[in-house]
Amino acid sequence: MLTLPPFTHHAPTSVDEALALLAQHKDALLIAGGTDLVPNMKHGLRSPAHLVSLRGLSSLAYTREENGEILLGATTLIQTLADDALVKKRLPALAEAAAQIAGPQLRRMGTLGGNLCLDTRCVYINQTHFWRRALGFCLKKDGTVCHVVKSGKRCVAAASNDTAPVLMTLGASVVLQSKHNVRRVPLTEFYVSDGIRNTVIGDDEILVEARIPAPRTGLCMAYEKLRQREAIDFPALGVAVTLSLDAQGLLETIRLAVTGLAARPQMVRCDDLAGRTVDEATAEAARHAFKQCHPLTNINIDPEWRREMIPIFVRRAIRRALSSPRR
Amino acid sequence: MATLFELTVNNERVQVAMSPQATLLEALRYGLSLTGSKQGCDKGDCGACTVLADGAPILSCITLAADAVGRRITTIEGLASPQGLDAVQEAFDVCGALQCGFCQSGMMVSARALLNVNSDPSLVEIKHALSGNLCRCTGYTKIFEAVQVAAGQRKPRLTGPPTLALPRKGGGE
Repeated sequence: MLTLPPFTHHAPTSVDEALALLAQHKDALLIAGGTDLVPNMKHGLRSPAHLVSLRGLSSLAYTREENGEILLGATTLIQTLADDALVKKRLPALAEAAAQIAGPQLRRMGTLGGNLCLDTRCVYINQTHFWRRALGFCLKKDGTVCHVVKSGKRCVAAASNDTAPVLMTLGASVVLQSKHNVRRVPLTEFYVSDGIRNTVIGDDEILVEARIPAPRTGLCMAYEKLRQREAIDFPALGVAVTLSLDAQGLLETIRLAVTGLAARPQMVRCDDLAGRTVDEATAEAARHAFKQCHPLTNINIDPEWRREMIPIFVRRAIRRALSSPRR
Repeated sequence: MATLFELTVNNERVQVAMSPQATLLEALRYGLSLTGSKQGCDKGDCGACTVLADGAPILSCITLAADAVGRRITTIEGLASPQGLDAVQEAFDVCGALQCGFCQSGMMVSARALLNVNSDPSLVEIKHALSGNLCRCTGYTKIFEAVQVAAGQRKPRLTGPPTLALPRKGGGE
């Protein structure tokens, strides 16, 4: 039995009310589905004095297309992303990624905003307080050493969001709102390379919406996820790709992102591939990804194997993106 | 200091006094004595605590009781009606779809959630729907069979009670 530390629960019914609560209470955290936060609180990783629940904010649960953008509200359930007609038609890779998050119950609790703000994960951190204390704690919480990179000064716990790499390849941004300000941040700039806190979101801000430029005709996309079981598993590796071909069937654009490896989801640089044949571009993209990604022992799955799987999953993702029906 | 949570459980409005940081599972088990929902991993991995919230299967061990206020909660105790057991419960019984039984109520709640939205699921759909419920004993075969029986897709394999292999007279034992 794992008990929760004490907190005061707030159930605002509007975004403004929630923002006011965040502004008023310094030691407050947001809770939506709670699928990440509650286990972390049970493990003693977080112990906020106040929890501000987003459950009452049904106004943030929506998917719609307007003015050339697809808008996804932050409290949209993961299962909704997997089933929604608009998402399946316009952003099929996002629907694929959402359908592979956790298990059926967790997908009906967790939200898009929650997945984008998912805390980083590491074999040395997602453990009980007793377990972590026995090891002398670590950089991310209560300690001063990193057990993954022995002399490391920076936490390397892994970003494990399945939706993030897909949205990054689609050029998405997120809208962050505080009591006095609204700002829009490209998702590629939303994440920073620090496992202790890997996003730029402020304590007083709520991620209220993701905005995705409507994909133009002919843009192909796919998401491939490596995991040990086919359910309830975080990614050991996630690969998202969007690409398009020109009239001659040569590669026109490609955007590639990986997750599950380092402290942030990472774009793979593929600048030199335009104009190549599909076969050449596929092989080259797989080589780029292999060179640019270096899995660590942050997840309890052999990093050498995960690295070997990177080019395989890149090729698989590209092949599947190209074989999906053109829109 | 206790907090009074007003919950709707199995079509009844109830008040339950719990510590403010209680989970829904703790409120059900220790506040309302509805001990059918099991406390397994207690951190959202195993599915033994599955209940329905407004018809959708969720994990009650990582749902705050405070966040369950205003939602329609159905536990395993709410599946049966005065007319008798739910078809899923009948099928699990007839098929012997359990060994230790710890995962069983979560399994049956997940199966009920599936059949409520898909009355004629394929085996793949059944496996997907139960993929958030871990069973460490059975290997799942009879569980999937039970869901098919509950959906009216097949008859249970009636194998009768297991026969004991008794040592023969004059044997070396």
